[in-house]
Amino acid sequence: MNPFTLTRAESVDAAVRDFSGHDSSAYIGGGTNLLDLMKENVARPTHLVGLNKLPLTSIETTAEGGLRLGATATNADTAWHPDVQARYPLLSQAILAGASPQLRNMATNGGNLMQRTRCYYFYDLATPCNKREPGSGCSAIGGYNRIHAILGASEQCIATHPSDMCVALAALEAVVHVRGNGGERRIKFEDFHRLPGDAPEQDNTLKAGELIVALELPKKGFEKNFSYLKLRDRTSYAFALVSVAAALELDGTTIRDARLALGGVAHKPWRSPAAEDLLKGQPATEATFRKAAEASVEGAVGQGANDFKIELARRAIVRALKQAAAGGKATNVFNNSNP
Amino acid sequence: MSSTTNHVGKAPSRVEGPAKVTGAAKYSAEFNVPDLVYGYVVSSPIAKGKILKIHADKVLAIPGVLQVFSHENVPGLAWFDKSYKDDVAPGGSPFRPLHDDEVKFSMQPVALVVADTFELARYAASILDIEYKESTHETDIEAKRDDGHEPGKGKTGYKPPVRRGNANKGLAKAEQHIKQEYIHGAQHHNPMELFGATVHYHPNGKLTIYDKTQGVYNCQQYVTKVFGLSKEQARVVNLYMGGGFGAGLRPQYELFLSVLAALELKRSVRLSLTRQQMFSFGHRPHTLQTVEMGTGPDGALLGLKHSALHETSRFEEYTENVVNWSGMLYKCPDVHLNYQVAALDVYTPLDMRAPGAATGSFALEVAMDEMAYAAGLDPLEFRRRNYAEEDQNENKPFSSKKLREAYDEGARRFGWDKRPMAPRATKEGNMLVGWGVAGGVWDASMQKAAAKATITADGKLTVSSAAGENGTGTYTIMTQIAAETLGLPMEAVTFKLGDTTLPEAPVQGGSWTAASVGSAVKSTCEALGEKLLKLAQKLGDSPLKGAKFEDVEFVNGQIRLRQDHDQAVVLRDVLQTSGEREIEADSSAMPNPLTMQKYSMHSHNVVFVEVKVDEELGTVHVSRVLNVVAAGRILNQKTARSQVLGSIVWGISMALMEETVMDHRFGRYMNHNYAEYHVPVNADIRDIEVVFVEEEDPHVNPLGVKGIGEVGLLGVAAAITNAVYHATGKRVRQLPIYLDKLL
Ligand SMILES: Cc1cc2nc3c(=O)[nH]c(=O)nc-3n(C[C@H](O)[C@H](O)[C@H](O)COP(=O)(O)OP(=O)(O)OC[C@H]3O[C@@H](n4cnc5c(N)ncnc54)[C@H](O)[C@@H]3O)c2cc1C
Ligand code: SF4
Repeated sequence: MNPFTLTRAESVDAAVRDFSGHDSSAYIGGGTNLLDLMKENVARPTHLVGLNKLPLTSIETTAEGGLRLGATATNADTAWHPDVQARYPLLSQAILAGASPQLRNMATNGGNLMQRTRCYYFYDLATPCNKREPGSGCSAIGGYNRIHAILGASEQCIATHPSDMCVALAALEAVVHVRGNGGERRIKFEDFHRLPGDAPEQDNTLKAGELIVALELPKKGFEKNFSYLKLRDRTSYAFALVSVAAALELDGTTIRDARLALGGVAHKPWRSPAAEDLLKGQPATEATFRKAAEASVEGAVGQGANDFKIELARRAIVRALKQAAAGGKATNVFNNSNP
Repeated sequence: MSSTTNHVGKAPSRVEGPAKVTGAAKYSAEFNVPDLVYGYVVSSPIAKGKILKIHADKVLAIPGVLQVFSHENVPGLAWFDKSYKDDVAPGGSPFRPLHDDEVKFSMQPVALVVADTFELARYAASILDIEYKESTHETDIEAKRDDGHEPGKGKTGYKPPVRRGNANKGLAKAEQHIKQEYIHGAQHHNPMELFGATVHYHPNGKLTIYDKTQGVYNCQQYVTKVFGLSKEQARVVNLYMGGGFGAGLRPQYELFLSVLAALELKRSVRLSLTRQQMFSFGHRPHTLQTVEMGTGPDGALLGLKHSALHETSRFEEYTENVVNWSGMLYKCPDVHLNYQVAALDVYTPLDMRAPGAATGSFALEVAMDEMAYAAGLDPLEFRRRNYAEEDQNENKPFSSKKLREAYDEGARRFGWDKRPMAPRATKEGNMLVGWGVAGGVWDASMQKAAAKATITADGKLTVSSAAGENGTGTYTIMTQIAAETLGLPMEAVTFKLGDTTLPEAPVQGGSWTAASVGSAVKSTCEALGEKLLKLAQKLGDSPLKGAKFEDVEFVNGQIRLRQDHDQAVVLRDVLQTSGEREIEADSSAMPNPLTMQKYSMHSHNVVFVEVKVDEELGTVHVSRVLNVVAAGRILNQKTARSQVLGSIVWGISMALMEETVMDHRFGRYMNHNYAEYHVPVNADIRDIEVVFVEEEDPHVNPLGVKGIGEVGLLGVAAAITNAVYHATGKRVRQLPIYLDKLL
């Protein structure tokens, strides 16, 4: 771990200024990911801009009837917020499916979006990794890639984005508010994270020094028919092998609107417009769900140790949609246990 | 008056509990001695090759960095291999840290940076430039299937594979026959507490070494031989341990490195490994096993073959008893066991909780389930039909064996008679429900141990022996034994352990601490009791005059005649009128070679498991576990139960999630952290129940105990695997049972 200086910014402007005033800066939220990366020498900032004094912890209704989540509100405060629980239970469920209570108490919403992949090789300096050291090669290809991508990967990188929260945010079509030296801009969630392509070192479209200030949820929360289904190697406190955020708007038994996003399968939360189109206007039956599942994994490629994810994703989608149609109730007590 | 000082067999809480939960208990890397400096280990990124050059200049120029130790500057130390051999070392040539330019395994310690602060040492280590020349490594046991060899002598306790009768002939007679391969990957002990040491360098050059170890004497012996120190110069202490599981049986390299730095710098040094570095030494080896068996018309086993192959390092020949249990758990006339190891470019494997048996019982007990189905018999009934009345490996009767009673008790409590034989017969919503059974056998061992007891005029007893306490309850059970032997309340007794200034005890392993140290404590307290009786008889009108030691008992703070409880003296009166400030005794206990020759001494268990499998998604949940253990006398119901609870959790882990995965291109374990090396969390654990069947054993040792640290793990992974088969009809033969194996 590098020696570093730390300042605690009291305003957004001061934070952004402080960041660009140093050579090798990083923002630090809860530190639950950044500190690990620093201990492993994967990240070597020499200056940290502390965010926990920023006035960005509030969770408020927007003029448009949506909800604005402060970037430094913790994952725990967000998941348990009454408005989130009542209006966006899918988001609450997704957050609570991640990490552990201790981590969620520290982790911030901004940090959650920015957390880096859990690829084993990315964390181990003894092995080549394009994301860590562009041009050095991708060790996961042809290596141990149980937790790697089946969709949207490139020859340079097959990593996944590990967040659960982001899968729900993708399904809910959140908007990310960011502030840089040039002022504030809004990024649609689907444009926030990127696919690796030939620049796997870039996880997202945030520019250097830009600070996430808020996440905005649109009015529609799919609070009646939703499901976040996460499959992993232990019942809690493990990253998703495959996760599904499913949200339906039903008119009787007909699907009026549908959202489907997958976690653990790609470099970003994976949405398939084609799959959603196959749901809309159709009866909420297993046959419909199967068609959507098939469309969702269209073009999926296994890497060896993760081949199973393709079939697992299909089945998980069908199950999640069934659960969503059934009113968000887990049909299996174990699957969604979030202690 | 009935006794208030009967403690053995009750369920007192841990005596060190308050110290642990208040933080008063100090672990090895927590001793704050003055003027500490800190070490940080640099681990090799390559699995095999040479270190060409260590460019330490830049690092040494950083203010506060004191030294970079490596093979380039380590002083001349002991020369011969035997100086580096510890009590439990396997055959071969032990790894010597920083010895030469050779890299023998990935994550080998290649340098130690010492600095004024931990953070500085860690930073300096991160920028230390080391040039390597890589050579080709071999780390894959699968590639060595035909390249194993039967180990020569093996380490202490190793038993060569048993052969009796003619297994091929036996199998040829069989009506039903199975042959299958069973595999599990490497596992690392991963105790919560990191390996670490604090070496206190005293002004007179003596060292007090607080090290994470399961054997302080073993470490003292190692340090004195390697560094040429006298025993007075190297006191080794370990008072508490945040888990060991075998990882602390052998001196680990933090000990060597911290002592080296302290001696060279003449300063007190602290060194703690990182979680990643916890994957850089011993492990349970990746093991490939094949079991073949056949049955006759009544389900009798007619022939059995079991072979195993696992890795060892290039420098040591690690062995564990994997296959021999298969020759003794069931009756079978014709048995052929085969055990091989193959050398790879990895660190030497290391005993991990129930070494060999956890592994061997997995293969044997899944095979037994497969055989039961092939023979059309209920798996428990099949085991009953092949019950071993004696140890056929050694042709001896068991000193005691209440496994049949364990079967009965377990079946009754679990409701086994309601189990449908056919797989896939029970469904609950999306979940298929299955029940499985399996079990195992483990050594009831004993080693020589010594103890000392001192009682003071105020009636306070201190008993000591340099045993280990890795969370198992040693402090508590020794306190119980001592207090009961001398008729005292537990509060009047202090037990001290883990310090080479105390009488010698063996490393804490092999489930032998209760038997070995417990027997020493008992005999020492009895020796003290004899002295107390003599003093009591000197009292003016002592009612005990002329009584022999056998005639009296120590109960409720009194010495009294067994035959006439009214003939008693109060112990404290004896002490106070004796004029002595304290009275001391020491003694030791060792196994009796005659009974060892006559009897086979083993503990047994049987595990019943219920799983629920979501067939569509492949997820397995262990909804119920019942572990019935026959392990002689249970000294403390609470700590014993905790041992078995921990074993069950471990077994669930082994069955469903635990595996260290190596990328053979790098010869390196890749999931070397707690986020990716999975062990169960609370959500994985549901109903678990532990039952001890009564098993009186007059032969095994004076206490009648067999030890419960390991036996509880046996059969758990197999019972889960068997239950998964019963639920789904799918037979998994490679652990862990990740969800994709059931898709
Ligand atoms: C053992 C373990 C298990 C976990 N399991 C899960 C899981 O199952 N599911 C899951 O979703 N997550 C899991 N997590 C990850 C956890 O959710 C993230 O670490 C956490 O959300 C990151 O938030 P933070 O505030 O701590 O970020 P930090 O560690 O402080 O920062 C992470 C990154 O974000 C940047 N950053 C932080 N805030 C901002 C901002 N406002 N604007 C711009 N950049 C910013 C930092 O510079 C840094 O690069 C796990 C973590 C651990 C350690
Ligand atoms: S998958 Fe991406 S992060 Fe992992 S090794 Fe390859 S390049 Fe690095």
